[in-house]
Amino acid sequence: MQTIKSIATLLAEGKISSVELCQDYLARIAAHNPNLNAFVTVDAERTLAEARAADARRAAGQANLLTGVPIAHKDIFCAEGWLTTCGSKMLANFVSPYDAHVISQFKAAGMPTLGKTNMDEFAMGSSTETSYYGPTKNPWDVARVPGGSSGGSAAAVAARIAPAATGTDTGGSIRQPAALCGITGLKPTYGVVSRYGMIAFASSLDQGGPMATTAEDCALLLNVMAGFDARDSTSLERNQEDYARDLNKPLTGLRIGLPKEFFGAGLTGDTATAVQAAIEQFSKLGATTVEVSLPNSGLSVAAYYVIAPAEASSNLSRFDGVRYGYRTPDYADLTDMYEKSRAEGFGAEVKRRIMIGTYVLSHGYYDAYYLQAQKLRRLIANDFAQAYQQCDVILGPTAPTTAFKLGEKADDPVEMYLSDIYTIAVNLAGLPGMSLPCGFDRQGLPIGLQLIGDYFAEVRMLNVAHQYQLVTDWHQRTPGGF
Amino acid sequence: MQWETVIGLEVHTQLTTQSKIFSGASTAFGAEPNTQACQVDIALPGVLPVLNKGAVERAIRFGLAIGARLNRINVFDRKNYFYPDLPKGYQISQFTLPIVEGGALTIQVGDEEKTVRITRAHLEEDAGKSLHEDFHGLTGIDLNRAGTPLLEIVSEPDMRSAKEAVAYAKALHTLVTWIGTCDGNLQEGSFRCDANVSVRRPGGPLGTRREIKNLNSFRFLEQAIDYEIRWQIGEIEDGRAIQQATVLFDPDSGETRMMRTKEDAHDYRYFPDPDLLPVKLEEDWIERVRASLPELPQARQTRYRTEFGLSAYDAATLTSSRTLSDYFETVTAALPKADAKLAANWVMGELSAALNRAEIDIATSPIGANRLARLLGRLQDGTLSGKLAKQVFEAMWTEGGEPDAIIEAQGLKQMSDSGEVERIIDTVLAANQKSVEEFRAGKDKAFNALVGQVMKATKGKANPAQVNDLLRAKLAG
Repeated sequence: MQTIKSIATLLAEGKISSVELCQDYLARIAAHNPNLNAFVTVDAERTLAEARAADARRAAGQANLLTGVPIAHKDIFCAEGWLTTCGSKMLANFVSPYDAHVISQFKAAGMPTLGKTNMDEFAMGSSTETSYYGPTKNPWDVARVPGGSSGGSAAAVAARIAPAATGTDTGGSIRQPAALCGITGLKPTYGVVSRYGMIAFASSLDQGGPMATTAEDCALLLNVMAGFDARDSTSLERNQEDYARDLNKPLTGLRIGLPKEFFGAGLTGDTATAVQAAIEQFSKLGATTVEVSLPNSGLSVAAYYVIAPAEASSNLSRFDGVRYGYRTPDYADLTDMYEKSRAEGFGAEVKRRIMIGTYVLSHGYYDAYYLQAQKLRRLIANDFAQAYQQCDVILGPTAPTTAFKLGEKADDPVEMYLSDIYTIAVNLAGLPGMSLPCGFDRQGLPIGLQLIGDYFAEVRMLNVAHQYQLVTDWHQRTPGGF
Repeated sequence: MQWETVIGLEVHTQLTTQSKIFSGASTAFGAEPNTQACQVDIALPGVLPVLNKGAVERAIRFGLAIGARLNRINVFDRKNYFYPDLPKGYQISQFTLPIVEGGALTIQVGDEEKTVRITRAHLEEDAGKSLHEDFHGLTGIDLNRAGTPLLEIVSEPDMRSAKEAVAYAKALHTLVTWIGTCDGNLQEGSFRCDANVSVRRPGGPLGTRREIKNLNSFRFLEQAIDYEIRWQIGEIEDGRAIQQATVLFDPDSGETRMMRTKEDAHDYRYFPDPDLLPVKLEEDWIERVRASLPELPQARQTRYRTEFGLSAYDAATLTSSRTLSDYFETVTAALPKADAKLAANWVMGELSAALNRAEIDIATSPIGANRLARLLGRLQDGTLSGKLAKQVFEAMWTEGGEPDAIIEAQGLKQMSDSGEVERIIDTVLAANQKSVEEFRAGKDKAFNALVGQVMKATKGKANPAQVNDLLRAKLAG
């Protein structure tokens, strides 16, 4: 298995060049992407130019740990000179003139961009089926969805056509696809990764993070991504830390909180069994478990589907056909131009959320919906604070089911929204969370285990995940044919 | 029938920061279209706003200057609406928790002093400009102005006439330029007024208001309000009810015309901007700003009346701008003998008249305050008579130069040698025996004629008081 850690070693030892690596991955993309549709944009010339620069940097003795290691970026990150579509027809022609903070961090580290990965349109979805560029397929069963919205990144890493990728998580968009594709993904504490240049869906919830095959890789990638950025007012001014520093700490004395709400009637079958087995594994590693309660977590989906659409309805107002992006070819006047450009440029799910958001912010409804949802948000955060009095990390399932069939939930938005029932509360509270593989169901589909840390407990979470991966091999399994 | 007018003003003051309120782009006026709009201003996907602390500092400054309450935590909201010159599809403004609440401004209307209460002042960004000409049926968008910092100052409906509204607008203009938060440039749109106008029976409930938008001169403000008052009274007296509406003033016709009614008013769907944290005002920051505030116009007016003995009118005039007031103070301080009244008379008299004629601002006056004080010093020490001083002033204005040099060159020095004056008086008395006799016969007018003759003979250089004394002594002798 090629982790970025192992690739970095090969590069450092001179056993392979970045150009060779990128050529290898580009060939794999060419072979498998037509089947998976994980990438929406590949630009071999650009990638290889970056690879050559990385090799030159290494030759000049100026390489960092990850210089030359290629990475795929979710198409929500603006990257200079790259089409940046956000999965939408609205931005089908948008070539970004600037780099997102995250992209410039990876560039500074000397990591070539392998391409831009598919996603639900404007990150709104849990299956990557709302993309204007067609759905991404799950490498474990191409009749199934990879999860979403970072489904392209998850599928690419799972199929090993990219060693690592970036994702963003507003309600579970890193963790749920990581679970459904059998990879490891981390959503940091809100404010740890700059949102500058990350196309906004719901600003108070959006957070970028790494997706890779192992927790250790996630730690190394987070070292690159995280850090204060003055251009994002919600970016937190903290000392740079090494997220890999405690990976090898033993778990003796670790207190794992098990929220009883996560282990109730909704959790059944193979997922329940796999999560239970993981808990036993942690006991063997020296951890103790304690039952905790998150009494308001049941309200998180409802609160989320008020707050996220409200912010989205405003964030997406800039896509008006005036300055860039899609403009209808034929219009009578200004209002007609707005209406047609937006009606034609946005897909059904995006329009649904803009309408919900517009409604809940309307005069006379604001207090009943938006303010109420913000109050729930505080209650949910308080629940977690209570729980962390008794435990160090919280553990549970990432998603209620394994990967579902393409089209299975596409016509039932509420059923689709419930895919994120275990992940959404984490975004509402602004906490860090991650998903790692913990088994397979009887159909051979991966099951994800979710860890939720207290604020800034990424190091602890990564330590817990890494220790688990040292004694399990779920994360090392690859889908057949890739 | 009696009608009472009720007016409240909303004034958009552009703040004097170098860069925009949420981006680093320049706020300088007059650049080529779209050359001062960065990726944040044009609202590219993914960009985020960062608050300019200079704008907050200026809002604090204004709040302190009007004795307002500063909200230690204030919040930026999004005001959502679509317009081509509004790049994000929302304006970042403050709705629920503005930075400044309360406070008041004292205005002078004729001889009367009146207090106008301020409701609130909030920070917001300006929109861009839509250009409807020169594009052959298309609309051009210039986003240079997008993101320019504004402090919108909202008054209570405390004004009762167009005159009061203008007095308030002028007092506000004086204050914001005085404390340096706004350059006050009306032509460039740095100071724009919206007037909410309604009429009612005296003491009755408030009438329905109409809002006149975007008045950028004091004259238009007065004309627009006066027209609007007459129009509203006419409507009501003709039995028609006033509809709440937004109107525009057309300076060419002198009339207001309807822009939109309440029915097509937007639902702006305000909510706190999640991209910006609530603004926290630390006490020590507020105190630093307070310490940096200059003496305010109101305080100076009081001091001019009590300390200098100036009239309320003079005190108000001299504090109508900080440059004028500072000039006056410099002159006063530089006089050899303390005489603020003399300084006031000259600054408001000769100097103001000359500045008005030449249409220049006191800041660029060809005669500096210290030079004017040196001229007045010659008046105080008797070197010059009032008339001669004016002559010297004229020469200083047109040709420049120091007063003493001009006095010397033109031989304008007042005669102070009493022997020489006496000799001239003797000559005059000898040549005007008829007047002398008339005076002695009791005709006082004859005395004035003699003084006139003496002054004429000295080419005005004699000190009139001295001539008076000497002449009286001679005639008595």
